[in-house]
Amino acid sequence: MISKKCKLLIIGAGPGGYVCAIRAGQLGVDTIIVEESHLGGTCLNVGCIPSKAIIHASNEFEKARENAKDNPLGIRADAPEIDFSKTIDWKNGIVDRLTQGVAGLLKKAKVQHVNGRANFIDGKTVDVTTAGGIVRISTENVVIATGSKSIELPSLPFGGKICSSTEALELRKPPKKLIIIGGGYIGLELGMAYAKLGSKVTIVEASANILSMYDDDLRKPVEKRMKELGITLHCEAQAQTMSEDGKALLVSIKDKEVRIPTDKVFVTVGRKPNLTEFGLEKLSLVMNGSFLKISNKCLTSMRDVYAIGDVTGEPMLAHRAMAQGEMVAEIVSGSKRVWDKRCIPAVCFTDPEIVSVGMSATDVVKNGIEVVTGKFPFSASGRAMSTEREDGFVTVIARKDNHEVLGIQGVGAEISELSGAFTLAIEMASTLEDLSMVIQAHPTRAEALQESAFSALGRSLHM
Amino acid sequence: MKNIAIKLPDVGEGVTEVEIVEWHVKVGDEVREDDVLAAVLTDKATVEIPSLCSGKIVWLATDVGDVLAVGSELVHIETSDDVKIEEAKETVAKLQPDNASKEVDVSEQKLAPSTSHKPTSNLSAPRKEGEAPLASPAVRHRALQGGIDLRQVVGSGPAGRITHEDLNRVYANPVAQSNAGVGNAMVEQAGQTDIKITGLRKKISEKMALANARIPHITIVEEVDVTSIEDLRAKLNDDRGDKPKLTVLPFITAAIVKAIQKQPEMNAHYYDDEGFVRRYEGVHAGIATMTENGLVVPVLRHAEAKSVWDIASELVRLSASARDGTAKREELIGSTITITSLGPLGAIATTPIINHPEVAIVGVNKIVVRPHWDGAEFVPRKMMNISSSFDHRIIDGWDAAVFVQRIKTLLETPALIFMGN
Repeated sequence: MISKKCKLLIIGAGPGGYVCAIRAGQLGVDTIIVEESHLGGTCLNVGCIPSKAIIHASNEFEKARENAKDNPLGIRADAPEIDFSKTIDWKNGIVDRLTQGVAGLLKKAKVQHVNGRANFIDGKTVDVTTAGGIVRISTENVVIATGSKSIELPSLPFGGKICSSTEALELRKPPKKLIIIGGGYIGLELGMAYAKLGSKVTIVEASANILSMYDDDLRKPVEKRMKELGITLHCEAQAQTMSEDGKALLVSIKDKEVRIPTDKVFVTVGRKPNLTEFGLEKLSLVMNGSFLKISNKCLTSMRDVYAIGDVTGEPMLAHRAMAQGEMVAEIVSGSKRVWDKRCIPAVCFTDPEIVSVGMSATDVVKNGIEVVTGKFPFSASGRAMSTEREDGFVTVIARKDNHEVLGIQGVGAEISELSGAFTLAIEMASTLEDLSMVIQAHPTRAEALQESAFSALGRSLHM
Repeated sequence: MKNIAIKLPDVGEGVTEVEIVEWHVKVGDEVREDDVLAAVLTDKATVEIPSLCSGKIVWLATDVGDVLAVGSELVHIETSDDVKIEEAKETVAKLQPDNASKEVDVSEQKLAPSTSHKPTSNLSAPRKEGEAPLASPAVRHRALQGGIDLRQVVGSGPAGRITHEDLNRVYANPVAQSNAGVGNAMVEQAGQTDIKITGLRKKISEKMALANARIPHITIVEEVDVTSIEDLRAKLNDDRGDKPKLTVLPFITAAIVKAIQKQPEMNAHYYDDEGFVRRYEGVHAGIATMTENGLVVPVLRHAEAKSVWDIASELVRLSASARDGTAKREELIGSTITITSLGPLGAIATTPIINHPEVAIVGVNKIVVRPHWDGAEFVPRKMMNISSSFDHRIIDGWDAAVFVQRIKTLLETPALIFMGN
């Protein structure tokens, strides 16, 4: 058995783990990172990055199809076709470039990468099963960054026509008929992309609404666009099983069983933390529901054992994991750091996109805070008109007594790029007056941020 | 429009002048009838003065801390012509309706500038428990490195946002941080603060000066073995049911009552100007109580007619009302002898200052376990000192010593307290 020693051992090389490793390496901490699969984790290999690539390709294809029709821009083009296999190769190329980039960054930071499956012996010792045998690693500190995986429905186990989001991003051909179970952000992002690629998409959602984490007014523009794309939506509907001939999904809609023919079924009903099959139970760590309980330093209930990313709970987002990873690296190196973020942005890459930062209208009601709100619709934006996408708006929520900005939400084409401005505004503890006094370039969609602040202050300019 | 002058009403008890301790209004404020205009301090109690009419404040009589005579003008209010001044309701004071208010000619009236200006800028609203302080990430990080608790830092920015400049001020004046040192910074300080002595503090100051200047004090410190009384207290507390928990104070009060029976000269007032001593049959024990605003002495009336349980209940009630400021004026006057205790901070000995015009005060020091020689060996006993001061003009040292010894005997043999005469 090979033995290794280090000051910091990280289990899992997703965005949380690899960022933690890079930062620790930069700080001179002797670091080993263990990953059984590819560097970059779900996000880079089968999540954020590949899904965004496919969404981009679908948008481009849809644009080309629009241009082949009679259009106000005067563009004349032939009906386009898509070689989707080539699209997937292109997407894989991006993933490869990024994973190689991560490997390069780890190397540059002098982090050792061990490829294999970890198994905890105790809080300071981990055995890794590698291609070359077992490597025993003794460490002073350990970070659990093992991420999450798609939840499987017992009646619809993954395989064949039933895909998790991972397989959904690997199809070499868009299915003619596609059913997506789960109307959360993953299901809708994929559903809208495949609708643009030509699939006949049906969404089956168990609750009363899609995107239930967002307020009604943010949802509406997305629902409208889904209709335009010909997506069928069944809310308060439960997916049962595949039909006996395997050609249709049986769905109970309002107590009636309906047979919906389909070529593929994407199950996107949520994700669960990866906390089993690597000996973690030996540590008897305190849990918070199905997640690991952590302190404001990402410490678990065991000294020198940290946890970051999806294993620590909602929101399960790559950028939260990265921020946690960076912080833990600094703590291990001896710096004084605590998790004191005011907000974590959430972006939904549907069409139109949704950005939500800080408190929503529902949150402020729940907390009994008196607020003022301002709203600016893109229908009043020159930039939105000149890019043919006037749907959506930006809304800002601030405390009534002192105008501290509590939340900024927006929905609109490519509004994800405004998430930075929204987050910065809240993290810097801005007031409405601050937002109203910052010059925004004209003509850009960012003007909506300033205008929504004007609106909240009761002095809209362009409305 | 006309101007109405609201006069300072008679606050009763023969008080002829009061100190303004707080203005609730400023020039330019709109007030409604019965809105509080100001808080004034009589000899001990704070009284709120309500407005007799609605209108706009155009003149304030004086600054906080100044003394006004009863009957003098307090504020001028500009009212509409049809306002009728009704007789004041029974609020805090009986106003004489004939001169409670009068019209003044605004043209002859020199309007004083507002003296109670309150900043009306963007003061931050109080943040709820658990709410994060408002500051940028860099400020939060810097505070964390310096061990500064941002919840204790006042933000000067919009909405109370804490800026780097606010942090600089904390670094420059680490004392301002109540519970967080700024690293181990040792900084020479060159500031000074003038604090105007007003309100209750002013009253305490005057009374202490008077007592210390006029009364020649003799102070006797004696050691008392309170082991027995502590055992008794523990037994009584175990079976007390829903009665209040007994502290040592009710027993001390009862012991003083008993000792006064033998030496009634201790329960008296000495009116030195008039040249006589007035002895009292009822024992009204003043209980010196620390409050947020300073020392007040609520009075436990007729201690001679109360059991230790009654005394305990009354002490709880009195100290609570003194601390939350709801003590009535009559509860703060008329003590005949005073007990002062610093509780667990009670030190080894103190030199209590007599509550003028009384002639004796009993100070209670803290209980500690000390080795005690019982004639054969050292045994641990619960010991407590009492530090008592007497007016040496009236009380001779011998008598004072006898009184202290009697209290000591009673406390060391608690059964004696509860036996008839």
